[in-house]
Amino acid sequence: MKILVCISNVPDTTSKITFTNDNTALNTTGIQYIINPYDEIALSKAIGLAEGGKGTVTVINVGESNTEATIRKALATGADDAVRVNAAPRDAWFVAHQVANYAKDKEFDLILTGRESIDYNGSQVAAFVGELLGIPSVSTAKKIEITGDTATVEREIEGGKEVLAIPLPLIAGTAEGVAEPRIPNMRGIMSARTKPLAVIDAIDVPVLSAVVKYETPEPRGTVTLVDAGDVEKLIDLLHNQARVI
Amino acid sequence: MPILVYTENTDGKFKKTVYEVVSYAKAIADDLDTPVIAVSIGDVDQSELASLGNYGASRVLHVSSDQLARFVNQAYASVIAAAADHTGSDLIVISNSFSGKGLAPRVAAKLEAGLADGAVELPRIMGDKLSVKKTAFSGKAFAITELVSAKKVIALNPNAFEVRQTGDVAAVEAFNPEIPSDDFAAVIQDIVRATDKVTLPDAEIVVSAGRGLKGPENWGMIEELAEVLGAATACSKPVSDAGWRPHAEHVGQTGIAVSPNLYIAIGISGAIQHLAGVSASKTIVVINKDPEAPFFKVADYGIVGDAFEVVPKLIAAIRAYKGN
Repeated sequence: MKILVCISNVPDTTSKITFTNDNTALNTTGIQYIINPYDEIALSKAIGLAEGGKGTVTVINVGESNTEATIRKALATGADDAVRVNAAPRDAWFVAHQVANYAKDKEFDLILTGRESIDYNGSQVAAFVGELLGIPSVSTAKKIEITGDTATVEREIEGGKEVLAIPLPLIAGTAEGVAEPRIPNMRGIMSARTKPLAVIDAIDVPVLSAVVKYETPEPRGTVTLVDAGDVEKLIDLLHNQARVI
Repeated sequence: MPILVYTENTDGKFKKTVYEVVSYAKAIADDLDTPVIAVSIGDVDQSELASLGNYGASRVLHVSSDQLARFVNQAYASVIAAAADHTGSDLIVISNSFSGKGLAPRVAAKLEAGLADGAVELPRIMGDKLSVKKTAFSGKAFAITELVSAKKVIALNPNAFEVRQTGDVAAVEAFNPEIPSDDFAAVIQDIVRATDKVTLPDAEIVVSAGRGLKGPENWGMIEELAEVLGAATACSKPVSDAGWRPHAEHVGQTGIAVSPNLYIAIGISGAIQHLAGVSASKTIVVINKDPEAPFFKVADYGIVGDAFEVVPKLIAAIRAYKGN
């Protein structure tokens, strides 16, 4: 089984997010970058499906040389080889075009990525790539099982789940629960240094959208504390002041 | 050119989030002096379809072929693209629900349209350019995104725009676009949905609890508080990681981002990742026995106290309040 996993390089979850350049760019000072947590789930699932000689896992990342550490970590976790498309990941549309362009003649059975990146939360790459390659996509997969040429995928819906039977090839955006994230072991870390990491050029993609400005949320005022013995007061405030009940 | 709005139905009925997205489309349409046309796919009865007029749709295109009765994002994206073509719309609005997330990018890709996903307010339109504020960095920030393509798609977040009623009725017409058979590769085998609970992503009130509850066996009072408030239940990451509650309840940077009117956090300290997921809540109430808990710094109201004492009292007081 030939699997492609798309990974992105994102600020780690403890990062305080601030902006520079008149609020047009993320302030990267002091920010640690990690593999997007949802992509880590996708990667772990792919490795599980491929291990024991059942297949191969290629990871692809769109990024400049600063993403190499994250890509090596993915190799250390268990991917077989990697590709970096040498370009700044301008937006999901751009990234999806690079992935689709790479994948289009490689006959991957399954393409996995995280359901969204924790920086842009777009939930777009899986569906964009699906459309560009003309294959089915599931954007928030909670469970994926492969039997022969068919995938049984559970996708999240409000209040529950939908179970789908989909013929391969397909692309899925993985959510929590698809796989336990794997941690690289010593052997993995050693072998990651010599696993293939190809760097390829990006193709041109028309610009359809751009972020023109960032904003940080308004800070809330100080909390109004209510005595633990006076819950009726809280209800009164919620009804009359906040007007939420 | 009319604004096209996709109106997702759940078992043949429209939820509040659909009325929100129609109202949103109507507000944009009024500014541009153009009508709103809704497209609805599946088995929905005439009066339900016509009722979309009350939220601003002047026409509803109803796609009722059997093949399209159940949601398949590939096929539905083709329908919406066909509807956009048919109506001459170059702005399509979709709700950012779970289905919407799978659908909007495919629609945008088909139309080579810029996509603003996670919109939280009305867009600014100046000629060909549209800019709209959307969430970014998992709730830690907002991004003003400009769409520069000829066609544009906006995916609106639940509970980000109010429902506005006009008192009108929409004209319903049948629409039967040809959809390629390749679009139907995915087949739904089963749908499992709790119909009696309030669903978390679009809930107006959320009751959430964390490690302070000590164990899954103590969740009865959380569920009871949620029930008495008509709320959805949620939890922090350690709780879902430990298997005390399902992943679907996990609110946070790597879970769900919620945007309720009221978020009640019980026994949750307020780690930065959890706070990211709740930042869009209009009012936050924190109940925690630790006065230094970081969550109090972003709370609107707080009670410093033992959850096991405070929550039962709160439940009783709300019952009394509602009884009046």
